Amino acid sequence: MYISMNWISDFVDLSGVNIKELINRFTLSTAEVEDVYEYGKDTNNVIVARIVSLENHPNSKKLHLLKVDTGSGIVDVVCGAPNAAAGQLVALCREGGSVKGTLITAASVGGYMSYGMCCSEKELGISEDHSGIMVFDESYADKLGTDIKTFIPLEDTIFEVDNKSLTNRPDLWGHYGIAREIAALLERPLKPLEVKDTAEYAGLPAIDMKIETDLCFRYSCLGVSNVTKNVSPLAMKVRLTYCGQRPINLLADLTNYLMLELGQPMHAFDKDTVSNIRVKQFDTVKEFVTLDGNTRAVDPGTMMICDGDTPVAVAGIMGGLQTEITEKTTNLLLESANFEAATVRRGAAKLGMRTEASARYEKTLDPEITVPAIERFLKLLIDIDPGVKVITSLTDSYPKHYETIKIDFDKAYVDKYTGIDISADRIEKTLKLLAFDVTRNGDSFSVVVPSFRATKDVTIKADIIEEITRIYGYDNFDIRSTKSLLAPVRPDKAREDEYSIKQLLSSRFGMSEVHSYIWYDNKWNKQLGLDLDSDIRIVNSEFSDNVEIRRTDIPTLLSFVEKNVEGLADVRIFEICRVARGLKEDGLANERKVLSFVLASRAKSENALLGEAKEIVDVIAGRLKHTSLGYAAVGSEAWNDAEKALIVEPKLAHRKNSAVITADGKALGVIAVLDPRIAGKIDKKLSAAYVEIDYELFAGVAEKDVEITEISKFPGISIDLSLLVDRETAFGTVKDAISDYKCEYLRDISFIDLFTDDTMPEGKASMTVRLQFVSYEGTLQLDTVNGYKAEILKLLEAKGYTLR
Amino acid sequence: MLEIVSKIKDEFEAGLKAVSNSEELEALRIKFLGKKGALTDVLKSLKDMDAETKKQVGMEVNALKGEMEESLKANGKRLEEALYDMAMAASPKFDFTIPSEDNGGSLHPITIVQRRIEDIFKSMGFIIEDGIEIQTEYNNFEAVNIPKDHPARDMQDTYYLSNGQLLKTHTSAAQNYIMRKYGAPEPGKPLRVLFPGRCFRNENIDACHENTFFQMEGMMIGDDISISNLIYFMKVLLSEVFERDVKVRLRPGFFPFVEPGFELDINCLICGGEGCPTCKQSGWLELLPCGMIHPNVLRMGGIDPDKYTGFAFGLGLTRLAMMKYGIKDIRVLNSGNLKALKQFK
Repeated sequence: MYISMNWISDFVDLSGVNIKELINRFTLSTAEVEDVYEYGKDTNNVIVARIVSLENHPNSKKLHLLKVDTGSGIVDVVCGAPNAAAGQLVALCREGGSVKGTLITAASVGGYMSYGMCCSEKELGISEDHSGIMVFDESYADKLGTDIKTFIPLEDTIFEVDNKSLTNRPDLWGHYGIAREIAALLERPLKPLEVKDTAEYAGLPAIDMKIETDLCFRYSCLGVSNVTKNVSPLAMKVRLTYCGQRPINLLADLTNYLMLELGQPMHAFDKDTVSNIRVKQFDTVKEFVTLDGNTRAVDPGTMMICDGDTPVAVAGIMGGLQTEITEKTTNLLLESANFEAATVRRGAAKLGMRTEASARYEKTLDPEITVPAIERFLKLLIDIDPGVKVITSLTDSYPKHYETIKIDFDKAYVDKYTGIDISADRIEKTLKLLAFDVTRNGDSFSVVVPSFRATKDVTIKADIIEEITRIYGYDNFDIRSTKSLLAPVRPDKAREDEYSIKQLLSSRFGMSEVHSYIWYDNKWNKQLGLDLDSDIRIVNSEFSDNVEIRRTDIPTLLSFVEKNVEGLADVRIFEICRVARGLKEDGLANERKVLSFVLASRAKSENALLGEAKEIVDVIAGRLKHTSLGYAAVGSEAWNDAEKALIVEPKLAHRKNSAVITADGKALGVIAVLDPRIAGKIDKKLSAAYVEIDYELFAGVAEKDVEITEISKFPGISIDLSLLVDRETAFGTVKDAISDYKCEYLRDISFIDLFTDDTMPEGKASMTVRLQFVSYEGTLQLDTVNGYKAEILKLLEAKGYTLR
Repeated sequence: MLEIVSKIKDEFEAGLKAVSNSEELEALRIKFLGKKGALTDVLKSLKDMDAETKKQVGMEVNALKGEMEESLKANGKRLEEALYDMAMAASPKFDFTIPSEDNGGSLHPITIVQRRIEDIFKSMGFIIEDGIEIQTEYNNFEAVNIPKDHPARDMQDTYYLSNGQLLKTHTSAAQNYIMRKYGAPEPGKPLRVLFPGRCFRNENIDACHENTFFQMEGMMIGDDISISNLIYFMKVLLSEVFERDVKVRLRPGFFPFVEPGFELDINCLICGGEGCPTCKQSGWLELLPCGMIHPNVLRMGGIDPDKYTGFAFGLGLTRLAMMKYGIKDIRVLNSGNLKALKQFK
């Protein structure tokens, strides 16, 4: 919003005030000033002059040769304005003067010298009118030769206030409210608004007006006739232009002027086109032509001003074309109303037209100002056009009054909230400056909130704190630390572990952390041939492919694999993020934090990658929980349960080389080779393995103590056994079989390798395991160990494992 | 006999001078001190001499033997050193100008910045809380004093979900849960909590806008928490975050969940407050919103606003990370583009 300092000085004496400091103060105490513009200072030496004669320029169809009387002589001016005519009083910028920074010099135009420029209103910044040069009426004849700045306030400082910072201040949407704030900051009086009292028209007939909805809180209107003028005074035009409103005609300009002055949107109907006023809402969509000439479908619920049942305006948003005031209008019906904020806001949003009026209404305006706005309008109109006649009484319906807000508090409350000592006198003075009605008894206060702050802005004690402190100035605060007891903060293990995992994955396992979106990219899923279920979708997105909240992060990570596979030998990425796995009993999302990673390669085998993935999981569990996790194969009970719990998405996993990761038999997550059909769609040579662990379940796994084994002083003996086994025999099974042999010296059984060649029977393989024998009492003898070995081999033979 | 000994000595010394490696040295030792060596021969012949000569020659020979052994040892060491010197001189020269490659992985820039800021907060006694992303309308709006019809609900373009929930639009959505989890603080032990989290806004993505981004929010609630404390805390905290002494400035700002609410500016980091294009010549940068927690928010969180007050502030984590690393296009963060992301170690 643009604020004119000239306008402000109508209401507050700004003499001697450093404007720059004031603006800074305003930013710190009220609302942010985003920009400051100086207007008019770069326009100089523009005078009222009269065109004495006009000839066509011999070398141009458009140009004229003028002789212009400056009051102190005649000068030659070449002018291209289509409306230039002999006898006109015009604004002439003399040679050596400037117009908005452009220096005017004597120059030859098409071979003829010109010693000045006749200016348009737009060139001078008075209005947007650039149709021709500005022409003064004869009432300005006595100003011949006078600098126009002596009677047109072209020089002004305009500051632009950030609208966002006025969201909660309906009172600041007009100059008078800003002036009130500035008066408080400067501790200078605010001049009362000059109005025309309408009490004298009480005897005139009322307008036939009825409010037929709960959402119109007040409707005030007045009929006026005999309007003879239709052009606004220059000073008014300048203010409107400087504040961003295009001057149109007197009546339209006056409604805009009042809106900018008081913050109260007003609407002027051509009274001859409206016979009565009904404020209502319709049940059906209404077609309506707004005054910008567009036909709009107005939603049910949006309030409309009607003549009987015929809409004439969209309440609080825009008037209609049919009842618009024109330059010919002589009778007007002036509306000054108050509508419920959210209804106007929603209506404007649905129509896609946020107007100056609706922007103000949506801030919850004070209904008390509708009548002063009419009275102010009338005063200004009479000043400009003294022949106007009021033809109705002030017709006012005010069904919804806001309650008076009274707030009690004491200085101790202010002290506690602020942490500093602001004196009771200062509190009293500040609130009075801000127009609060203050009753003080020592350190106790009882204040009544002024109506223009009471619609939503100031309602509770804490709001009073803001009023006191912002005027006091936050820069003036003594600042100090809180007083609090010394107390340790216990680290959050789950959170620390999360970071440790990220560190492990990135620095030890060479993986890169990525971030992604919480929804599936269904286009991508389709590309992979995946049709994945989702339990929750976004209902108001314009992109239909990115609305399903994901159950698993793996497809997203695969899209990143695809993005990077060209440039890198291996793609190793992880993310800790959130997914939604179904709905809980209460209907809320079963949101889970998961740790997901993918190892993809064009060189390594599926099982090599799976082995690395398993190593990573084992290292994480070993390092952070000092425990080892279990792996339950596809088809096991744990796997099936995990599928039901949506921990596993079977559409992604290799049918054989996949498992659920378990702790104490409970599924935590999944580890799998990526189904080669999917991998092949990303890249023909690609193999991938992935892991997805429910992080909250992992965090819940009990951390074990580190188990320390005493190291024997005596050397041990290890022996390797190469056993002929079925090719898919698990090491764990063999280890269990060996462990059945009870020997206190057998300390460790480890896997060395598995291989097969032509010398072995079909379906068989050789598995080499290493047995470590250690005694704490003495050095073991080879014979003794060989004795154990023989017994173990006998045991193994009974279970079908023979030495190769 | 003594002449022979003297001759042996001369021969040995001459031989020693000619030795150039340890093999020759060993040969020299064998020649003089070996089982059939020259000096050994003399010793062997001692038994045929008379007692007087035996004594005299024996002393000489033993003295010479000692000398020779000493010399051999010293020269052995010298030769060994020389050997290493030669070997080092012959070894290929290492090129230190060849750059090393870090084939390790990387952390996301948000993680790095988030961790750093969390550490600062932890050092000041803050608990770190994690917030869920799929929230109820109540937690996201009502509980932080944004009732239905409030313009703030229009200000934020929210992703609404088919089950009636929404994707949280701000970290404030966790305030109510946190207040209820910890309850009213004991006297002198204010609740200090930081809750970073991912937020979502239904808006179009470009270089400066993301629909998915990170915020951090902090709260301190106690029986004696004031605006003065808030300003102090923000100044200390931000000086730590930016690793320099920052000036802070508070302006009134409107946020439904605080009263009073502030926009906090810091002196421009580019020009230090002198005025430059980045700060539009004002010397200040708008950094974060903060304020005293609105009594309604405390009340809905089960904390009596007549007894307790608190402050809250929000930090744009994504924005901070972009500032720190000079990331110009926000879309890099969620791109999964490893060429870009692998730079963050």
